[in-house]
Amino acid sequence: MKTNDKGAAPRSMLRRKLMIGSAALALSLAMAPRPGLAQSPPTSEVNTTGLAVTDDTVTVGILHSITGTMAISETGSVQAEKLAIEQINEMGGVLGRKIEYIQEDGASDWPTFAEKAKKLLVQDKVAAVFGCWTSASRKAVLPVFEQYNGMLYYPTFYEGLEESPNVIYTGQEATQQIIAGLNWVAEEKGAETFYLLGSDYIWPRTSNKIARKHIEDKLGLKVVGEEYYPLGHTQFNSVINKIKLRKPDVIYAIVVGGSNVAFYKQLKAAGIDMTQEKPIVMTISVTEDEIRGIGGENIEGAYATMKYFQSLENENNQEFVSAFKAMWGEDMVIGDVTQAAYLGPWLWKAAVEKAGSFDIDKVREASPGIELTTAPEGYVRIHENHHLWSKTRVGHAKADGQYEVVYETTDLMEPDPFPEGYQ
Amino acid sequence: MFADYTWSELGSIFAMQGFAGLVLFSVFVLMALGLAIIFGQMGVINMAHGEFMILGAYVTYMCSNFFQSAAPALMPISFFVAMVLAFFASGALGMLVEMGLIRFLYKRPLDTLLATWGLSLILQQTYRTIFGAREVGVTLPDWMMGSLPLTDLVEIPINGLIVMAITLSITVAVAIVMFRSRFGAQVRAVVQNRQMAGAVGIDTEKVDRFTFGLGCGIAGVAGSAFTMIGSTGPSSGQLYIVDTFLVVVFGGATSLIGTVASAFTISQAQSTMEFFLSGSMAKVLTLLTVVGILMLRPQGLFVLKVRR
Repeated sequence: MKTNDKGAAPRSMLRRKLMIGSAALALSLAMAPRPGLAQSPPTSEVNTTGLAVTDDTVTVGILHSITGTMAISETGSVQAEKLAIEQINEMGGVLGRKIEYIQEDGASDWPTFAEKAKKLLVQDKVAAVFGCWTSASRKAVLPVFEQYNGMLYYPTFYEGLEESPNVIYTGQEATQQIIAGLNWVAEEKGAETFYLLGSDYIWPRTSNKIARKHIEDKLGLKVVGEEYYPLGHTQFNSVINKIKLRKPDVIYAIVVGGSNVAFYKQLKAAGIDMTQEKPIVMTISVTEDEIRGIGGENIEGAYATMKYFQSLENENNQEFVSAFKAMWGEDMVIGDVTQAAYLGPWLWKAAVEKAGSFDIDKVREASPGIELTTAPEGYVRIHENHHLWSKTRVGHAKADGQYEVVYETTDLMEPDPFPEGYQ
Repeated sequence: MFADYTWSELGSIFAMQGFAGLVLFSVFVLMALGLAIIFGQMGVINMAHGEFMILGAYVTYMCSNFFQSAAPALMPISFFVAMVLAFFASGALGMLVEMGLIRFLYKRPLDTLLATWGLSLILQQTYRTIFGAREVGVTLPDWMMGSLPLTDLVEIPINGLIVMAITLSITVAVAIVMFRSRFGAQVRAVVQNRQMAGAVGIDTEKVDRFTFGLGCGIAGVAGSAFTMIGSTGPSSGQLYIVDTFLVVVFGGATSLIGTVASAFTISQAQSTMEFFLSGSMAKVLTLLTVVGILMLRPQGLFVLKVRR
């Protein structure tokens, strides 16, 4: 990931410019009388690379799909990012500058994402971009961010196997999400056999690969079936029959999108009662957002492993939930990714303030070690590998569409995007 | 392959898979019927078919919300009220579309493909604006969810039975309309020889309009029925469109019996293969089979003899 031939040349030039810039900064610091602490420092000091920063504003980009098939998932992220930006502005902004945003529509189309990313970085010179949702859209914009040296805050839980200097991953990577849940279901529920199921693309396949390794090698338990269906598949009767015959203790389902609704409705109609002891349905792909489409009564009793549930009981989260509802409406639900998207602007603000500069390279350097004690999920910290240390929770789906948190790891899970022994 | 199972389990496998295949067959027929009428009788390639289905699904959604808040006692029958409303809503929209768009394109059948594709995008974005980008959850009457346990292993999903019943009634109704009613005779006359039909006093434009409306209305009913088994969102219609065209083209575009036969072949092939292979491989093999047969019989399984 780090090697990108196209990106290398401009960046090293940039670095040279930056060195001159920082020399100038040191000089000006020495000569000019220091302005009052935390009051807005002059633009020439905090922006040496020509970003869209003025004396009282800084411009960032929001890049999600608001039209097309992915709009269904990405809407929540856009809302959370706007909420965070508004709250930061109410607190006085970043380095004394109000955040303004330019929103672009990726239109659920990966080349469009790349094009819009280039527009945000080259034409608008935004200081940071909060955006993308699917791995495909992230992969599409990655070369753009590396070439033009931008900073992307990416909110979705994803398959790992990536670590870019130009991306901060605010969602969990696969091992963080999967391992704790499997340990829990093995220890607490005494599960011994697993049936792995997923939509047919990179995230479910990589995740199930990790799950299988963990189940077989680390836990010494048994996988009795593994199966993938095309994205958008709507008929799950055959696989449900297979599951019934194999009688697994755990149905481990990573079905996404419209297929999700079909899968859970048909599972229930086929007489698999998730509120019973066995089989346990465990998923890493259904947040409160998806439950709205599935219907709480159709998924009641399933378990999900994620880092955030709307029902988390702590002060940060209560404030976040009520602020979110105040801004976007009482009937809103907040899922894991929405919360992760909310972290983006806050993490960026903290990094900018630590660096004392909007310059991308300085923000990158300042990022590892940044901690956020005000996160709705509790406490997070940025790892050297640009992912977040975070706790993993197990939620139990209730009929009203919310999860009840039944388990939480005691320690923060270390992000490990290239897990050894799992590939 | 069967060594792990006992005889009674094997019996259950075949019973359950047979039923799953029949449900899939019903679903395919229901999806394809409306398209087959429009494509087969009028030669219009309706890419917005999925969106007409989703209109039916949204009507069902609004209807079930209405019954829940206004008349909870009537909830058990809300679904059937919704289905009738869905037929008229999609049918009415279909007739409007025919008047405003399709009738200018009868001479250019390939252009209908582009025009209706554009229409599908417009409809999707309209749904997104009205109902929001997220999928909506349709609350169904309690008695429609769940299953009838026959033995330990064999359980019959109730919604599967309902889909089968709906498909059967719609198919019979369409057969009666097309082959026993005056309207059906007019439709067939127009298909066989438009000018001659016009010459004997059939208002061909009106027949076109009602045929298109009928096809769209049936799509609406299908969409309404699919709230039981699938998702309801602005772009959910896209999930069905490929399978729908597959069934219609494979069956021979002009023959309704062909549509039924092709739905049966494809559904049985798919559900059998899904059991022995993984889902994605089953789909690949199904598509390969269809491609293979279409290479031998490009006109599809059944062909209506029409004098051109």
